[in-house]
Amino acid sequence: MISFILKRLVQSVIVMLTVALIAFSMFRFVGDPINNMVGQDTSRADREALTERLGLNDPFIVQFGRFALNAAQGDFGFSYKFRQPVNKLILERMSATLELSFVSAVLALAIGIPAGVYTALKKKGFLSRGIMTLSLVGVSLPTFLIGILLILLFGVVLRWLPTFGRGDVVAIGGWTTGFLTVSGLKSLILPSITLALFQMTLIMRLVRAEMLEVLRTDFIKFARARGLPDRAVHFKHALKNTLVPVITITGLQLGSLIAFAIITESVFQWPGMGLLFIQAISDVDIPIMAAYLVLIAFFFVIINMVVDILYYAVDPRLRADDA
Amino acid sequence: MDLLNINNLRIEFPSRHGTVIAVDDVTLTVQPGEVLGVVGESGAGKSTIGNAVIGLLEPPGKMTGGHVLLKQQGIDTLGPEAKRKIRGRRIGMIFQDPLTSLDPLQTIEQQLVETIDLHLKLGERKSRERAVDLLRQVGIPDPENRIKNYPHQFSGGMRQRVVIALALCAEPEVIIADEPTTALDVSIQAQILELMRRLCKDKKVGMLIITHDMGVIAEITDRVAVMYRGKLVEEGTTAKILGNPDHPYTQSLISAVPRPDIRLKRFPMVNYIEAEGERKKLLDLSTHWLGRSRDYAALDGPLLSLKNIVMTFVTKPAILKHNRVTFNAVDDVSFDINEGEVFGLVGESGSGKSTVARMICSLYRPAAGEINYIGTDLTKIRSETERDFFRRQMQMIFQDPFSSLNSRMRVMDIIAEPIRFHKLASSNREVEQIVTDLLDHVGLGAQAAVRFPHEFSGGQRQRISIARALATRPRFLICDEPTSALDVSIQAQILNLLKDLQEELGLTMLFISHDLPVIRQMCDRVGVMKTGKLVEVSATEDLFENPQAAYTRELLDLMPRLDTLSHEGLEVEQR
Amino acid sequence: MEQSLERTRLQRIFGSDIWYSFTHNPTAIFSAIVTVGMILAAIFAPWIAPHDPFDLATISIMDGNLPPAWSAGGDMNFLLGTDDQGRGILSTILYGARISLLVGFSSVIFSMVVGITLGLVSGYVGGRTDALIMRIADIQLSFPAILIALLVDGVARGLIPSEMHSEISIYVLIFAIGISGWVQYARTVRGSTLVEKNKEYVQAARVIGIRPFTILRRHILPNVMGPVMVIATIHLAIAIITEATLSFLGVGVPPTTPSLGTLIRIGNEYLFSGDWWITIFPGITLVVLVLAVNLLGDWMRDALNPKLR
Repeated sequence: MISFILKRLVQSVIVMLTVALIAFSMFRFVGDPINNMVGQDTSRADREALTERLGLNDPFIVQFGRFALNAAQGDFGFSYKFRQPVNKLILERMSATLELSFVSAVLALAIGIPAGVYTALKKKGFLSRGIMTLSLVGVSLPTFLIGILLILLFGVVLRWLPTFGRGDVVAIGGWTTGFLTVSGLKSLILPSITLALFQMTLIMRLVRAEMLEVLRTDFIKFARARGLPDRAVHFKHALKNTLVPVITITGLQLGSLIAFAIITESVFQWPGMGLLFIQAISDVDIPIMAAYLVLIAFFFVIINMVVDILYYAVDPRLRADDA
Repeated sequence: MDLLNINNLRIEFPSRHGTVIAVDDVTLTVQPGEVLGVVGESGAGKSTIGNAVIGLLEPPGKMTGGHVLLKQQGIDTLGPEAKRKIRGRRIGMIFQDPLTSLDPLQTIEQQLVETIDLHLKLGERKSRERAVDLLRQVGIPDPENRIKNYPHQFSGGMRQRVVIALALCAEPEVIIADEPTTALDVSIQAQILELMRRLCKDKKVGMLIITHDMGVIAEITDRVAVMYRGKLVEEGTTAKILGNPDHPYTQSLISAVPRPDIRLKRFPMVNYIEAEGERKKLLDLSTHWLGRSRDYAALDGPLLSLKNIVMTFVTKPAILKHNRVTFNAVDDVSFDINEGEVFGLVGESGSGKSTVARMICSLYRPAAGEINYIGTDLTKIRSETERDFFRRQMQMIFQDPFSSLNSRMRVMDIIAEPIRFHKLASSNREVEQIVTDLLDHVGLGAQAAVRFPHEFSGGQRQRISIARALATRPRFLICDEPTSALDVSIQAQILNLLKDLQEELGLTMLFISHDLPVIRQMCDRVGVMKTGKLVEVSATEDLFENPQAAYTRELLDLMPRLDTLSHEGLEVEQR
Repeated sequence: MEQSLERTRLQRIFGSDIWYSFTHNPTAIFSAIVTVGMILAAIFAPWIAPHDPFDLATISIMDGNLPPAWSAGGDMNFLLGTDDQGRGILSTILYGARISLLVGFSSVIFSMVVGITLGLVSGYVGGRTDALIMRIADIQLSFPAILIALLVDGVARGLIPSEMHSEISIYVLIFAIGISGWVQYARTVRGSTLVEKNKEYVQAARVIGIRPFTILRRHILPNVMGPVMVIATIHLAIAIITEATLSFLGVGVPPTTPSLGTLIRIGNEYLFSGDWWITIFPGITLVVLVLAVNLLGDWMRDALNPKLR
């Protein structure tokens, strides 16, 4: 078990270094960092002094090492546009994105998994077919369009719910939360549904496909031949075996919620990291782009670790390989 | 009172090509303590009967006639819940593949206790005691501790024992076993059959055993029912059916079974079963392309000589060499094959016999040792073009007729590929002519050329494979279990074809099989392999009559007894 | 013999289970008709569109923000109404679908070529090559396609002088969407290749002496194309959505050559003033197109996987 986690940790570090290398290359070679930091009228001598002070004349590997060390401590330099530290800009907005992603993840799992199990067990049922058709519509609706339609219906026509921003937030330490105020909760409804819908359909279809696969195996047939009731066959044997592949893919899907939030935040003017990122792309604000990339990679590495450990806990075959 | 009655059973599978009648008017009975064998080739409908009895017919199949009675009580008409209560409680089932029959995520204990508690309502503790007891009965050593293991921690044979324990959980009156030993090695098969027979007699359980294997029938059954295309053609005591069958299908089926005790000149042509490919148009090899340049100069030594070859596989990779876990699939094997002889390699699965074949034709590189082919060490060749010279002389026929042909290519292109690659014909026209001639020669007919592999049966595909192997005009032919995926009647035809071709063309052959009776029919000399090592090499008749190595004796002892089989119509080869 | 070869090829198509399943599945037929119809409409947009929305001489700002023809104040000339600059929505949709489909198909082909090549090499060669390609794939897979496409787009903006942006942005977009999608193909093809290369027909080819490149091209490639076609169909739907999303976010195609996503973005600004048609009609077109392609992909996956039925 410990060697397994260690191996995973080493792999994660390699992944992070690779991503950091990409981020650093973006920072260093896309546009001239000096030009982006100073005004047009800065003298040549000042520019050279700045170049020297920032260490841009050092060998590549030294520069990358410094970048990686700083990044590991959360320091990504200054935004070209805002002239503020990137980590401060991101931290201010992180709580908004994480709260939105969390609510969406809960929604997607709480509805996606049961719906997937149901449609797999009642393959030919009327309701199942209805859900499957709806889910296909679900994956065919681009996230931004879902947002627009929800805004049109609940914001413009019915005027029930707010259509932009987070509402009132409460600050707890460095963290701002919208969970504690009525307007904050109301503001969460439309964006979180928008963000959850696509993942929900994906998870549902995945669970259904895996479940159908498991239901065809010999051990399910043998379980029936032993006279086990459907309940035990479905939930004790089939569902547990379904979970093994589902955990992996679901983990990745949930991680991508944080990145998918870019679109939702843009539609609802949600003040999160995604909105910051999309503005950075329009303005070619490389330090923010680089920082966002590294941050997302970090989230993924963490999620992957958790998924692997869960996997390890569920599947005894992996444990035996290790012994 | 009869234990199980199957009366006039009829099962249909509707499909887009019309309704297939899988089982047609079949009547069977099983008495307590009796083992009834249902034997037939693939597509005979034998497995469908088993599934129908326990009420688990695969859709879209449905019972359209007849009844199933358990102790005179109709069970086919019961509702789904009542049927479920009979499964496992009164009728137990054993499937073919023990590796996939158990839930991989639950311990043996969980699965046993779940079943016992469900049917017998003993409670957790009593159920557990019974589970341990059952494991002991089926011969699992140290059941108190092993019960906590997961299925993947048991070997195939042990898993089948667990499956049997699960089928016995609630003391069922009937057990249905569908090819229970097909996935197992011969030595394990004997033990499992012995176990099943003993349990059946001790507990007065009626057993319906479904198999394609006459060896299994001879070993375990009291009575046999023979099925052909969904119909029951003959039924009687095992001695009667095997020794003196009445129906022409049974007769031809039995005459096609390879015997461990005698060597036949050829298998009698089986006329009842459709002529899958009779060789009607034979080529005149003295003039035809296929017979060209066959008179090789006589050799001083053997054609092929293996010296101390070793093949190592890495089972656990690691960056540092000394951390790697490796195992020798082939360990220090040496033997010679003389020009014109058929050399057999026999052994159980994992003995390394196929690996030897793959090293000879350069699919694997040996870790050590020499492979000398007429004085050239094939392991030393570095250039591909130089190797092509030897590849042309050496071809291989594979085991699985369904994966050995590219399903996206026409038969014409499949057989033409080696001719074109080795530039053995001068024009495209000639290539096509050769391909159609080859197809005629292996008994398929020229019109096969424009079709795709999926349009052919297993035996026909194996003929295509043989034609492809002949298309380089090889001198040395490797046959890796060429008939083990085929029905016994088709196997007889293919073995006949290989014998004929070997004689006509003076081929040297390496014939690999796990099946000793087949080896006896085909080979001049035999090597016996066990876990990567060659334990004995002898002339075939000596090996069977007077085995030297202890392992060979053990293998011969475990062979199913087939001496009760009818000898009618067989041409025995005298020494 | 040639003739009979041809005949069996046709027979193979029309006698196949796939064709049977297609002709017996109304949803598949319907979605195929919709997809092909929309592709044709997009290709022939210059001939069937009532107006040329990019010909400044024919559009008039006076016609701006007209509602659809059937509502009060509508104009029969503009069946689905007009946008703020007086361009007919129907015409802009036809031209927009052209861009969307062009980007969609091009990036799918780009992904396919890269993914299939790398997948074949990875699966067949194995060893370190395989490990390297698959590690890269794993790392890329940790990021959603949309994020990769956004990043590529952002980097391209930094590298390319701004005056050239609008000219080459469509190629940047194709590259960005294409590069974000190759992993799916590579992983699937690698998996199938690993299975196929151990099958006996490949070993038979090796025993004959056929060289690896020919084995990959002649033997393995045709046998791994089934699942690739399913992925490609579903990927086309995803690529169209991704393009629309990027254009909606304002980093896709330039407003001078609007795609469906750009049209929705433009219309979104008028949503609150009640001019819903500018957004809704391109939106419906997008959803119908993607849904039809998805339905086709869904049917294809089931048809190629007979176990599921």
